[in-house]
Amino acid sequence: MTRAPEAIESIESIVDGSPAALQRKSRRGAGRLVWWVVFLIGFLYFFVPLVGTFAFSMRSQPLFSAYAVVVDDPQFLGTLFYSFLIGIITIVASSILIVPTAFWVRLRLPRLRPYVEFITLLPFVIPPIILVFGLLRSYSGDPFPLAGSDFGSNVLLVAAYVVLSFPYMYRAVDTGLRAIDVRSLTEASQSLGAGWFTLLVRVIFPNLRVSLLSGAFLTLAIVVGEYTIATFLARPAFGPYISLLGGNKAYEPAAVSLISFGLTWIAMGLLGLIGRQSRQKIQVAGAH
Amino acid sequence: MTAESMTSSRGAPTARPGRRFSWAWLGVVPFVLFAFAFLIAPTLYLASGSFQNLAVAPTDPAHGTFTLQNYTALSQPNLADSYFASIEISLVTAVVGGLFGFLLAYAVIMGGLPRFLRPALLTFSGVASNFAGVPLALAFTFTLGASGILTPLIVGLGVHLNIYSKPALELAYLYFQFPLMVLIIAPAIDGLRKDWREASENMGATAFQYWRYVALPILLPSLLGTVILLFGNAFGAQATAYQLSGGAINIVTIQITRQIRGDAANDQGIGYALAMGMVAIMGITIAAYAFLQRRAERWQR
Repeated sequence: MTRAPEAIESIESIVDGSPAALQRKSRRGAGRLVWWVVFLIGFLYFFVPLVGTFAFSMRSQPLFSAYAVVVDDPQFLGTLFYSFLIGIITIVASSILIVPTAFWVRLRLPRLRPYVEFITLLPFVIPPIILVFGLLRSYSGDPFPLAGSDFGSNVLLVAAYVVLSFPYMYRAVDTGLRAIDVRSLTEASQSLGAGWFTLLVRVIFPNLRVSLLSGAFLTLAIVVGEYTIATFLARPAFGPYISLLGGNKAYEPAAVSLISFGLTWIAMGLLGLIGRQSRQKIQVAGAH
Repeated sequence: MTAESMTSSRGAPTARPGRRFSWAWLGVVPFVLFAFAFLIAPTLYLASGSFQNLAVAPTDPAHGTFTLQNYTALSQPNLADSYFASIEISLVTAVVGGLFGFLLAYAVIMGGLPRFLRPALLTFSGVASNFAGVPLALAFTFTLGASGILTPLIVGLGVHLNIYSKPALELAYLYFQFPLMVLIIAPAIDGLRKDWREASENMGATAFQYWRYVALPILLPSLLGTVILLFGNAFGAQATAYQLSGGAINIVTIQITRQIRGDAANDQGIGYALAMGMVAIMGITIAAYAFLQRRAERWQR
């Protein structure tokens, strides 16, 4: 019935009764305090500017009047609607461009993959300020004077946003395609008599729903509130509106900033919800 | 590799006779055309302008001829300063934001904090890394600006923070920098397996030795790569800086803003050179990031 001393020692350490284990435990306890402090600093960094902004908006009397003024301002809803509309058009255009390309590259042109991927990453190298600079200079005169008209400027804005969405959309779609068996799906649909169009619209797109949604929310979060490109193209968008308000009014900009934060939160919350369902790795970054 | 590429690389089209030339590349034409029209061509326009003499009148025969003057003009004090300031701000916020973001992610994943804090932190990080530009600048103005909510408090503590200054801008940039670090580094920290720590402890390694010889070498490519990405993230930022300082701070994106508006005293060619300098720095940054990311992925399977 007697055990070897080593065995007893190892059992002791398993039940955390030995002096060594106790010492380790207390050291981890002290470490945990440090991590709590780190977390607290991060927590404060997140919330102090938000609480400050909220408190500032409450300086206007009566309470919440800043919010009432903002919501009554037709420009607020007008610019927000415009930015949402542009965002939706961007997402649709980007999907139509990216999905067939990514699908085709995966199916038929795997050798071109690094080159296509390189192009989709270029928007990281060419930041929005440079992009809009180039677009304005290229499309202000003949042969394509797009920047001269309202409609042309809208086209340029959507085009610029589609470019900004490249990294996120391509990545989301490519990850989605990796998860489905593209080759078998293609052969199955074609053997049932489907053409390329039917294949894309009725097989590939529905299978990429989750990926497209995640790319879409990310794009929306970036586009609604984007300032740099919209300002230089003189578009009546939400970002320039907030900036204009910031220069003219006292408390209303605080209210709009918080509303804008809330919108970002909603977009990211939906993104997180989708991400949890799909277990996909989602990349997040914005245009600052 | 597919069968097609195998045969073509060997130069022996035996597999599919009669289909030596494929029209498959046509499938990427719409995408490439779009990217060319709205991304590549506009950038090439700026690039070609940066090598042209645009300082003289359009009627002058020297107008549009090749020159490197636009690039040498970047050494003018205020333009060179704008580059230095941009680099300094990006470096400071990348290193500080990277370090703090890493500690924060580590605290929540490995630090023994309650489980529910992890998804909460990741959601906040997603929001905060996207909450930038005008609303972010305004939020900092309302909190720390001349009539900000916290201003009386920090003045009482003897701190005077000028909202138009570099430190204020860095403080604002950090708001989206460290959350981005949290988002990108979290999977890398998840990749640190428990077995590795247990194995080193069983062999008698101290916590320091574990970090020095196991964890840090594995994390280093991810850490460096992400810090570099944060650098690029700050370097390209325009809206936050413009809104916070009212265009008063001298950084590259503000200089380019002036060039686009036509407020700058110097000629267009210099504006194009300014833009190209920025593209060059961003290019190096992203290339370094991609390289390190590929090395980091080895450990994340």
